[in-house]
Amino acid sequence: MEVHGELWTLKELFVYPNEYIYWALQIVMYPLMTGLVAGAFVLSSLYHVFDRKELKEMSRFSLIFSYALLLAAPMPLLFHLLQPLRGFYVFLTPHFTSAIAAFGVVFFSYAGLVASEIWFVERRFFVQSAQRLRNASGIANKVKGFIYRAWSLGAYDISEEALRKDGKVIRVLAGIGVPVACFLHGYAGFIFGSVKANALWMTPLMPVIFIMSAIVSGIALCMLTYIIVLEINRLKSKRMKKLLPLEESGGVEMDIIKMTSKYLVFFMVIAVTLEFLDLVFRGYTAVKHWDILRTVIYERDFFNIFILQYGIGNLIPLVMLIMPGLTKRRAIIALILILIGVFMMRWNVVVGGQSFSLTLSGYMHYKIPIIPQNFETYKEGIIGALTIISLPFIFLWILSKVIPLTKEE
Amino acid sequence: MSRRDFLKTGLMVGAGLGLSSILGKDILSSAGIITPKRWVFLVDTFKCVGCGLCVRACKLENEIPYDVPVTRTWVERYVVKKDGTVLADSPYGGRDGYLINNPQGIVVPQEDIAKAFFVPKLCNQCTNPPCVQVCPVGATYQTNDGVVLVDRKWCIGCGYCIMACPYGVRFFHPVHKVAEKCNFCYHRITKGMKPACEDACPFGARHIGDINDPAHPVADIIKTQRVSVLKDEFGTKPSVYYLGYDSLIR
Ligand code: SF4
Ligand code: SF4
Repeated sequence: MEVHGELWTLKELFVYPNEYIYWALQIVMYPLMTGLVAGAFVLSSLYHVFDRKELKEMSRFSLIFSYALLLAAPMPLLFHLLQPLRGFYVFLTPHFTSAIAAFGVVFFSYAGLVASEIWFVERRFFVQSAQRLRNASGIANKVKGFIYRAWSLGAYDISEEALRKDGKVIRVLAGIGVPVACFLHGYAGFIFGSVKANALWMTPLMPVIFIMSAIVSGIALCMLTYIIVLEINRLKSKRMKKLLPLEESGGVEMDIIKMTSKYLVFFMVIAVTLEFLDLVFRGYTAVKHWDILRTVIYERDFFNIFILQYGIGNLIPLVMLIMPGLTKRRAIIALILILIGVFMMRWNVVVGGQSFSLTLSGYMHYKIPIIPQNFETYKEGIIGALTIISLPFIFLWILSKVIPLTKEE
Repeated sequence: MSRRDFLKTGLMVGAGLGLSSILGKDILSSAGIITPKRWVFLVDTFKCVGCGLCVRACKLENEIPYDVPVTRTWVERYVVKKDGTVLADSPYGGRDGYLINNPQGIVVPQEDIAKAFFVPKLCNQCTNPPCVQVCPVGATYQTNDGVVLVDRKWCIGCGYCIMACPYGVRFFHPVHKVAEKCNFCYHRITKGMKPACEDACPFGARHIGDINDPAHPVADIIKTQRVSVLKDEFGTKPSVYYLGYDSLIR
C-alpha cells in the first residue's frame, strides 16, 4: 500500500514525514490549459475590441480554438482529484474562501460567453448553411441541416442591418470576455499565489505573471495550430482536385503570422520582466526562506529555470521572431519553443514550489512517472498529460466538422 | 400526568429549547451561563525521550496503516553538533523509537554533540486555519470547540488543504483516499477520554486541555509559564503549545 505521492517523490535531508509531491503533473497541466484558453480568447478579441483588421482571420480561428480548449480545461483537475466522482461537489457546496471554489462560476460564465460570441460570429454561416441544406438528401446532410437549423435559433434575418447589429454585440461580448478570460487565469495564479505556506508561490505578482504567460501561450498555440490547419487544407485541396491555384508560401497568411508575432513578442517581454522582478525582489529582501529558495533556483532547478524556461523557451524564440524576414519554418520552430517555455514555467512553479520541504532544510525530487504501473501513475504521468494535451485537438476536430476553421468564401 | 399538564410541560420544554437555540451558545456563554470548551494541547519537549509509543498508539487508534510512512502525529529528533551543524530527522514519524544514535543516517560521536532533543508534532488545530480557508467544498471545517475536522464523505481529494498547511501535518489517507490529519482524537475527548497519544506516553510529554477551564492544569501552565507555538509568522494562531521550544525546531 502506498500513500498518494510516494511513488514519485524522492526525499533528501530533513523533510516532514507526511510531505510528498501531492500536486504533480496534472496541476502543471491545469494552469497550462486555462492559460491557453485565456490567451486564445484575448487574441481573438484583439480584432473585435481594438479593431485590429489584420487579425480578422486569426480572430475567428482562435475564438473557436479557445472553445475547444475550454472544454478540455477542467479535465486536468478531474484527473488530479483523488475522488473524481465527487468533483461536482464544488458546484453543490462551493466554499468561497477557497480560490478553487470559484472555478465553477468562472468556468460556466466564461463558457457561456464564448459560446454566445461564436454564435454571433457564425450566425450568418449557420443560416446560410441551414438554407442550403434545407432540401438536401442523404442522412449526413439531413443531420447537418438539422444542426444548423437548431443552432440558428430561429433567427434567420441576415440582412446587412441585422449583421451590423450582430457586430456590435460581438464587440461588447469580446470586450467583456477579455477581463473574464484574464480573471479565469488570474485566479488560477491566485490558487498558487495565496498559499502562504509555500515560500515560492506566495507573491501577489503570481496572478499577473500567470495572465501574461497565459496570453503568450495562447497566442503561440493559436498561431501554430493556424499554420498547421492551413497547411493541411492546402495539402488536401492539392490532392483532391488541384482546382485552387496553390498560394505561394509566404503569401497573405505570412502577413497575418508576422503581425500576430508582434503581439506575441510584446506580451512575452512583459511576462519575462515580471518574472525577473519577482526574482530580484526575493533576492533583495532575502527573508527567512530565501536561503533554501536560492539553492533551489540557482542550483537544483538551474537547468529547468534558466536553460529550458528562459533560454530555450524565451530568449531564443524572441530572437527568432524579432529577426527580420520571418519565414514559416522559423515561426513554427519559435512557436514550439515558446510553448515549451510556458510549460516549463508552469512546471517550475508547481513542481519547483514543492521541491523543498516546509522544514526549509530538506528537498523533494519529483520522479515523473513515464511508464504507468497503475491508474495513479497513469493519471499523474506523461501518458496522462499527453491524454490531456490531445483533448483540445480532438474537440477542435469535432468542431471543424460543423464550423469551418478557415475562411472559404 | 393529565393531558393538560403534558401539553404544558411540552410547551415549556419546547420554548426553553427554542430560546436556547435562538440565543445560541455565544450569547449564553457571553452572559456567563455556559463557557464553551476550547481544546488546547501542551507538549513538554523536556519530557519526551523519543520512544515513539505515541505514534504507534495513534496509528492503531485512528486506523492509519502501520507500514505506510504517513502518520497523524510524529516525533522529530534534533541533534546539534558542537560545530553548529543541525541534524534532524523523523523516519516513519519516529514510529519505532530512536534507539540508535544515527540522525539522518550519520553516526555522531557522543563528544561531538552540543545538544539533542525530541519534538512531538501534531495538528495545531489553528484558530485561523488556512486548511479550512482553502477547502473548495467545505469538507475541512472547524468545530465550535476549536478542533479542525475533515468530512471523509465530502472531501474531493484535491489536496489544496495539504498544500496550505504550513506544518505539513496533512496527507491523503492511503485507504479512504481523502485528506487526513490529527484531530486531537475528537471521538475520545468529546467523551471525556484523553487522546490515544497522551494515554500512551509513559513520560507525560503530551497533555490535552481546555483553555477556558481555569481549573485545568494545562490551561494553568499555558497561562502562567513561558510557552511557545510553532511558526508564529504564518498567523495561524495554533492551539498546540510547547514547553522547551528551541529556535532550531522546524
Ligand atoms: S496545523 Fe495544518 S491541518 Fe492543522 S489546523 Fe493548522 S493548518 Fe490545518
Ligand atoms: S483535499 Fe479534501 S479536505 Fe482538503 S481541500 Fe480538498 S476537498 Fe477539502
